[in-house]
Amino acid sequence: MYELRGVTRRYTRGKETVHALDGIDLTIPDGDRLVIQGPTGGGKSTLLQMLGGLDRPSSGEIVLDGTDLAKLPEARLTRVRSENIGFVFQSFNLIPTLTAQENVETALVPLGVKAKERREKAAEALASVGLGERLGHLPGEMSGGQQQRVAIARALVKEPKVLLADEPTGNLDESTRDEIMDVLVRMWKELGLTFVMVTHDSAIARRAPRLATIRKGRITVRENAEA
Amino acid sequence: MFITYLRRELRRRRKAALVVASGLAVGIALVIVVTSVSSGMSKAQGKVLQSLYGLGTDMTVTKAAEPTATPERPRFRFDARSEGADEEQSSDRVMVQGFQTLASSTVDEVGEQSGVADAVGGLSLQVLKVSGQFTRGQVQQDGQSGQGGGPGAAQPSPQGRVQGGGADFDVNSYTVYGTDVTEPALGPLTSSEITSGRTFKTTETDAKVAVADSAYAKEKKLETGDTVTVKGTEYEVVGIATATSGDAAANLYVPLRQAQTLADAEDKVTTIYVKATDSQRIDSVKSEIQKNISGTTVTTSADLADTVSGSLSTASSLATGVGTWLSVAVLVAAFLVAGLLTSSAVSRRVREFGTLKALGWTSGRVTRQVVGEAVVNGLVGGALGIALGLAGAYAVTAASPTLQAQLGGGTGGTGGPGGGGAGGPGQQAATTLDVALTAPVSLTTLGLAVGLAVAGGLVAGAFGGRRASRLRPADALRRIE
Repeated sequence: MYELRGVTRRYTRGKETVHALDGIDLTIPDGDRLVIQGPTGGGKSTLLQMLGGLDRPSSGEIVLDGTDLAKLPEARLTRVRSENIGFVFQSFNLIPTLTAQENVETALVPLGVKAKERREKAAEALASVGLGERLGHLPGEMSGGQQQRVAIARALVKEPKVLLADEPTGNLDESTRDEIMDVLVRMWKELGLTFVMVTHDSAIARRAPRLATIRKGRITVRENAEA
Repeated sequence: MFITYLRRELRRRRKAALVVASGLAVGIALVIVVTSVSSGMSKAQGKVLQSLYGLGTDMTVTKAAEPTATPERPRFRFDARSEGADEEQSSDRVMVQGFQTLASSTVDEVGEQSGVADAVGGLSLQVLKVSGQFTRGQVQQDGQSGQGGGPGAAQPSPQGRVQGGGADFDVNSYTVYGTDVTEPALGPLTSSEITSGRTFKTTETDAKVAVADSAYAKEKKLETGDTVTVKGTEYEVVGIATATSGDAAANLYVPLRQAQTLADAEDKVTTIYVKATDSQRIDSVKSEIQKNISGTTVTTSADLADTVSGSLSTASSLATGVGTWLSVAVLVAAFLVAGLLTSSAVSRRVREFGTLKALGWTSGRVTRQVVGEAVVNGLVGGALGIALGLAGAYAVTAASPTLQAQLGGGTGGTGGPGGGGAGGPGQQAATTLDVALTAPVSLTTLGLAVGLAVAGGLVAGAFGGRRASRLRPADALRRIE
């Protein structure tokens, strides 16, 4: 479970100080599916990075299962990321020189999983997202939807507690978008993940049980009766 | 994963990798060529010095030059005989080279000095042989002819004159070196190798045997088993020696005692050959000898090397000066270019490294990946550089440019111990030797090249690795999203 208390994040641009996050208080229970919306520059991605331990707040606490990520030393924060948090990015962020299977394996490298086991787990993860026949393909040889499925397999192969997705369908067409969302929702259900997603897409947002909106660094959360 | 990732990345960026590797290759090749040419120069200088010293000699001791006294001039006496005046007559004059000698006891004194492993004496001689005959003139008298020209050869005649007659003499000059046959490992004969027959036996301290230099033997048509006569004494030629480089120390070598007898120089030597116990202590041994044994000049190979001039000296200076600095400059430039290109490559892979860090890769693991790629790049450059360098060194050796080395020439006391009859204390003449330059590549040089390749890779990796390790995942992802 996430508990955010008074989280602020300030950036300095020249003489101007920008409050990307301005005193965020938020609780995300285990197994929750939260969609974050808001205008560009509102602080959505910054909040996601705070949740993922990729960035540290200027002030406040980000407590994940009793551990304040804001105060963890870098090595331990890296360990939390490698064990507990899976990321899916808008641009897929696959390593272009590695095959689909090798890309998925990169998430297991920091856990010290042996090569043979890594290969097996990566193959299973890719099969679970419908890419069992594409293990040896390079990202450049796959469509956008397939690349995003590789990225999802990479995020989930280590069986994390949390899945964070930043505009995962932002670069995809409508039919592929639905396909990817189906995969993500299925995985969320099957694995019992805590799933936080940033999106601009209202169609996707409407399907989420909880909706958060960030404007000028401030957040409001509401239950979604439509979902 | 490390190897797979590394291999794929290098393949993807092969053009950039080739640029980095080529830069390093040029630097490393230059280092190999310059090092091997310098080594060839040293070898050539060593050959030149060896031609004077012989193997195993660290220094020579000669008598210190004294104010020039008018040396005894050679004098030849021939009979103007009445009977058989047409017979060939000859006379040998044996002189000590440079007219400066040391007492044989000095050899023992030198041998007792601290740091001296061994000391042997040698006596360098110059022989002038004049041989020929007188022809008597003919007395012409009113259409008659009669014998004349010699004492009491003809009756006096009021009308007549002597026609014809004269002298035909050949002057032959050669050098003889008296060597200590009990110490075959030290002395002038060590600069030559026996190519026919044998060298002296250690028991032949006063035997009438000689070893001839091959060039002299060829000129005089001498073979093993022949005899040569020096000042009326016949010596059996037991061996022919060929100088390993440059000129031989003498035309003939005889046992030291025989040489002393020939020159009427009992218990005298011209040169003492000294071997030090430790090659690092040569300078201190030199000082020791000069301090304790007055009236001597000690010449080390370093002293002789200082007297080497000519194209060998110039080329050597170029190799050690310009060549070394050029290599260093190219290497530094190559290292910098490799570092900047690696750093720039990391900049282009910000998203990649940011993603890996987001996945839980530590900064150390990302840095190792970058450094690994750079080191492999460096090793590829090293391999290319070694190939280029070996080709360059081979080309130098194949071309074998001839360099001239001039030794001595006006430095009197440091003129060497008599190499080729041109050195010797007090001698002012310079010896000019032609030496073919080679560029031998040693294992040490190859080791240095590999070391530089790894160092180049590490320097480049340090540039890129530092940048990669400082990369914060949020910044990396923010910049590209």
